[in-house]
Amino acid sequence: MTVTTAQSPPGDQGPQTSPAAPAKPPIPATTLPGRSRPRTESRRNLATLRATDVYAMIGAAAASLCITWLLFDRMLPFNGALGFVVVAYVLFLGLYALLVSFDEDGPAVRDRVAAAVVQSLGLVMLAVLAFVVVYTLYEGRDALPHLNFYTESMADAGPIEPLSVGGILHAIVGTLWQISIALVICIPAGLVCAVFLNEVPGAFSRFVRTIVEAMTALPSIVAGLFIYATFILALGFERSGLAAALAISVMMLPIIIRASDVVIRLVPGTLREASYALGTSRWRTVWHVVLPTSRSGLTTAIILGTARGVGETSPVLLTAGYTAELNADPLHDPMVSLPLAAFELVKSPEPTYIARGFGTAAVLLVLVLVLFVMARVLGGRGPGRLTRRQEHRRVRASRHDAKRFEAYASTDQSSERPAPTRSTP
Amino acid sequence: MRISERPEAPAAEPPRRLYPDPGLTDRAFRGVLRGGGAFVLAIMLLVGGFLTYRAWQALSVAQWGFITTETWEPDGGNFGIAAVLVGTILIALVAIVFAVPMALGTALYISEYAPPTIRQTLISVVDLMAAVPSVVYGLWGLFFFQGHVVTLSRWISTYFGWIPIFEVDGVDPRDPLATATVFTSSTFIAGMVVSLMVAPIICSVVREVFSQAPVGEREGAYALGANRWGMIRSVVLPFGKGGMIGGTMLGLGRALGETIAVYLIISPVFVIQPHILQNGTSSVSSLIALRYGEASEMGMSALMAAGLALFLMTLVVNFVASSIVARSRSGAASDS
Repeated sequence: MTVTTAQSPPGDQGPQTSPAAPAKPPIPATTLPGRSRPRTESRRNLATLRATDVYAMIGAAAASLCITWLLFDRMLPFNGALGFVVVAYVLFLGLYALLVSFDEDGPAVRDRVAAAVVQSLGLVMLAVLAFVVVYTLYEGRDALPHLNFYTESMADAGPIEPLSVGGILHAIVGTLWQISIALVICIPAGLVCAVFLNEVPGAFSRFVRTIVEAMTALPSIVAGLFIYATFILALGFERSGLAAALAISVMMLPIIIRASDVVIRLVPGTLREASYALGTSRWRTVWHVVLPTSRSGLTTAIILGTARGVGETSPVLLTAGYTAELNADPLHDPMVSLPLAAFELVKSPEPTYIARGFGTAAVLLVLVLVLFVMARVLGGRGPGRLTRRQEHRRVRASRHDAKRFEAYASTDQSSERPAPTRSTP
Repeated sequence: MRISERPEAPAAEPPRRLYPDPGLTDRAFRGVLRGGGAFVLAIMLLVGGFLTYRAWQALSVAQWGFITTETWEPDGGNFGIAAVLVGTILIALVAIVFAVPMALGTALYISEYAPPTIRQTLISVVDLMAAVPSVVYGLWGLFFFQGHVVTLSRWISTYFGWIPIFEVDGVDPRDPLATATVFTSSTFIAGMVVSLMVAPIICSVVREVFSQAPVGEREGAYALGANRWGMIRSVVLPFGKGGMIGGTMLGLGRALGETIAVYLIISPVFVIQPHILQNGTSSVSSLIALRYGEASEMGMSALMAAGLALFLMTLVVNFVASSIVARSRSGAASDS
């Protein structure tokens, strides 16, 4: 059956258009296929994984395990878990290629084998990395449940004291002091330098950028050695939290500048130009356009730099000294930090010290994890993309502006202007 | 015929200024920015300059022997970085050999194979691993990994001992009761632990480059009948070549400067140790961590010289890496 439809002008007809003229030649008919034909087509399967692929994989895995067991247990003088896994894996790849080659041609076999290799490499690395983290947390299980681990220092804990005496409060306090001082130095200096690299182009800023990039290659121990040789040996200050904070700053500053530089460079040029076109000064453009636009990225840069700084052991090793006592004064006397405490504790042969060392490392790891999650929650958005709350605030500010304009327009020109209000950018 | 008369210009009007007047606040603002830049530059130059200045004392004593001497007795005037430098490079090379295949595999997996729903999570996990403190890796290597990898070391030395770098002195492979301590604290183990630290760094650089491979070329490859591996081999890998080399070198730079994980694992010796499976090796950074406390004036200067040599090495590696990344096609989109 065919359906013939005459085309009629779509939409309702305006007052100007007259009804269709009857004198028009007939429009060529469109032929539509019949709807009543029985639908023989079944639904297509869009999955990329076929049953035969799964069978080939399972078969190859089973065969390789069996052959490896035969080799290791019955035929050859091999043993060891690692060897078993390696032999089984190599056999699996070979058997899988063989099974696939029964059905497919050469390129498809290579595709399957490559996919198996890539996926297993990826899974192995992710598994090993996850294992490192889980192992540290697991080994810290002896020390972590004791509440005194967080509220006492190691001053009273001799080598044979049980885990219910002594803790790492001194290291926590030390880490907080050192990273705070380092951030007080690094955030202003780093942000000003990053803004400088982007807003004042020229030969000088190119030179500064090159030097900063070079300094990201500075090994952290050399940063510690520099502060040790200048601040402690040459200037005669004692080993203290301040010296450690300076060493961490020297190491963190290039990292923060480089990351912030990249983020600020991503601010769209059109935004800046729009701001300049409104007659804004450079200073106001940076303060009201560039920095707010890149705020989440800058937060991420600073937090990731902090995570690197918190975890560094070697600069602190050279500059802060080691103490078992609580020291809340960053200017005098040695002040230990979390990574340094973990490092010193596990060097001891005492099992309780080693357990405390793992507990310290676990606390440090959790701290880095929290910083990292903070960076992902606060940042990780592209420049100019807002959170719900920021968007809401901006809509409110814009409504407020609209009301202000209306009020201004309704009143007479001669009447007093409404007080200028700032809208939050 | 003259079209228009030139109107008489008022003679008193001065020519317009064609440069913008930034105003007082802007000038002050620029001053602050320049000051910040100069401050950072001063710190950085101070670090480099001071290192060079203090190292000069030791270098002028040791002369060229600084590069060829193996022992470290700065007070006797007989010191050099031959042994520690070789140790550093060997550890970094072992790390790279293990880290690069793992990092490339993971990067390819994340950018090409992983289901889109978990891709973002995997990216975050790899970035997080790059931020895990080195002391954590060191603890893991010392207390867990070393005990397990000794078996592998013994197996390699038994079957591949005829290759010079896998040779181990004083081991009889036919003696079942031989002690395993000769295999502990070796370059091999330190390198494997460092490889875990640098693999996430390499992986995150390489994944970034892979994910930028132009969509047009990917779809072109599929349209010509390539399967996934064919597409990867003909589009993604050539496009990401610069990123792979650059990421590897960045990881190498990080591996060269690693201190704490290496310091915890190795037992220091001051001879060139080419047998990577054997107990005892050394690296520049662990030398500094080991000797800074007891160093005299001359010893400090010698440590500075060693630190400077390490810094120059990582500097060259990093600059080469960034220039390779910048010059390669990686990061450029296709023309279509």
